[in-house]
Amino acid sequence: MNLNVVKKSPWILHYDGTSCNGCDIEVLACLTPLYDVERFGIINTGNPKHADILLITGSVNEQNIPVVKQLYEQMPEPKAVVAVGICATSGGIFAECYNVAGGVDKVIPVDVYVPGCAARPESIIDGVVKALDILAEKKKAMPKKRIGEK
Amino acid sequence: MGNRTIVPFGPQHPVLPEPIHLDLVLEDETVVEAIPRIGYIHRGLEKLVEKRDYQQYCYVAERICGICSFMHGMGYCMSIERIMDVEVPERGEFLRTIWAELSRLHSHLLWLGLLADAFGFESLFMQSWKLREQVLDIFEETTGGRVIFSVCDIGGVRKDISSETLMKIRTVLTEMEKELKETTSVFINDTTVKLRTKGVGVLTKQMAFDLGAVGPMARASGIEMDMRTQGYSAYGKLDFKPITNDGGDCYARTRVRIKEMFQSIDLIRQCIDKIPGGDINVKVKGTPNGEQFIRLEQPRGEVVYYTKANGTKFLDRVRVRTPTFANLPALLETLKNCSLADVPILILTIDPCISCTER
Amino acid sequence: MKEQILKEISPNDLLTEIMKIKNDGYRLVAISCTNKNGMELTYSFDKDYELLNIRLITDTETELPSISILYPYSFLYENEIKELFGVKITGIIPDFNDNLYKIPVKTPFGVNE
Repeated sequence: MNLNVVKKSPWILHYDGTSCNGCDIEVLACLTPLYDVERFGIINTGNPKHADILLITGSVNEQNIPVVKQLYEQMPEPKAVVAVGICATSGGIFAECYNVAGGVDKVIPVDVYVPGCAARPESIIDGVVKALDILAEKKKAMPKKRIGEK
Repeated sequence: MGNRTIVPFGPQHPVLPEPIHLDLVLEDETVVEAIPRIGYIHRGLEKLVEKRDYQQYCYVAERICGICSFMHGMGYCMSIERIMDVEVPERGEFLRTIWAELSRLHSHLLWLGLLADAFGFESLFMQSWKLREQVLDIFEETTGGRVIFSVCDIGGVRKDISSETLMKIRTVLTEMEKELKETTSVFINDTTVKLRTKGVGVLTKQMAFDLGAVGPMARASGIEMDMRTQGYSAYGKLDFKPITNDGGDCYARTRVRIKEMFQSIDLIRQCIDKIPGGDINVKVKGTPNGEQFIRLEQPRGEVVYYTKANGTKFLDRVRVRTPTFANLPALLETLKNCSLADVPILILTIDPCISCTER
Repeated sequence: MKEQILKEISPNDLLTEIMKIKNDGYRLVAISCTNKNGMELTYSFDKDYELLNIRLITDTETELPSISILYPYSFLYENEIKELFGVKITGIIPDFNDNLYKIPVKTPFGVNE
């Protein structure tokens, strides 16, 4: 299969780490008529096996580290991770809290960091578009064998 | 007796943007019991008071939740003001009320959209969120932020709204009211929507009281409880009545929230008519000493702020009891004997805010 | 806003006191715990917008009965206080056994740490 399809229509999986909801509702706002990311072929999916890009809002903690890891592992290659908001980047205002382990990059590799508290829809869309190029590069680097073969 | 199975629900579930985990014990298709597992978003920010002084903590309080952010900041500021005997200028109080009611409007619209999404009415979800953007535009114009404003401060507010902008808000809201009527009439009158919400998750008045439900959840079961009637901020000078409904089901909760949106628009209009001139904040000097309980009405219900200060810059304790925390027992009770297919709608009708709940 | 009442009681009177309050038709609003110079538990109740606070001073050694037999929805508060502050609350229904939040740091938070 030609993976150019991915570049034209990346599917997003959204997971809320320990976010305050501020970034989450902005991620959802991206899908709605004013920002309308669907015009780029982007669809929000609930199934990690359908997803190309993982959007994570909020930092990680003891209890959600396994969840984040599992979601990441379930996604098929090539995949990209976008950390949305300052909490997902470094822990932000909550970095000193006892139950915050820090940014998402402590657990899984992050490709794009989107700044902001809360991140604005424009910057989230920009982050996703940046992730598309990374996806394309990752695809090039992949060995020329069919997906699903070990 | 049918076969018993346990179905895990969440933490990552398409219906909810936030993680909560429920173990649903099923007998065939019927839920017998729901066991919650929370803690996915627990940050421990109540303990952050030890590292932030009482003025810095305002920023932390605003980030307890991104949806009712303004009212969290307001509740925290009010508790400190009460301890320090600070009198907020009247214009400041009116501005707070305007932003608080706008927050309620945006929160209820957000919830309507998510509800529509939960029963698979995609275009209604889009419509509700499209309307919500107009409220966010007002926020952006008046505060500079779309979600978190950082405009509430101990002693008043940081930004004023000019009278031209107030007039503009009025026009926008009048226009919006028409569209809102059209969109919400689908939730009230559409047969397919009614089939999903009517008679689902009934919470009787007695049950609601026995389970300590608050906010729209309690009001939709016929309990007249609205902290705004206590007249904090500028609410004492406004004319309104708590909205109740005797249905107790998902449909009643939807109706209560829809009516509350129109009530919010009306309250903002009253504020714009009655807002006095003058200062918007007072300078706060010294450090707080004492303790205080403050209760506010958030979009999701009653929130309790407890602050204890010891005369230094650092507070002894800030404790927040958020509405979803109080509504969880009622949710677990309504989940019993419902069918598995209704679980997402039931969880949504309490308007859960997990990041508030776990702090 | 109506006045707030604060009443101090001894831990031994907890259940009898709360029983009286329940019979008067109060709703449980919150249970809060403050751990500074001694463990301080505050039970807040509401009736017609009047806030009634019951306060007791305790420590991590004393066993305290759960009020979940009177107010079943107190279990979330009590589990939280038991896990984060280490107050020995007995007979919570259901008891999460200090696994409500599952946090990595050691709890309970000690006095004057």
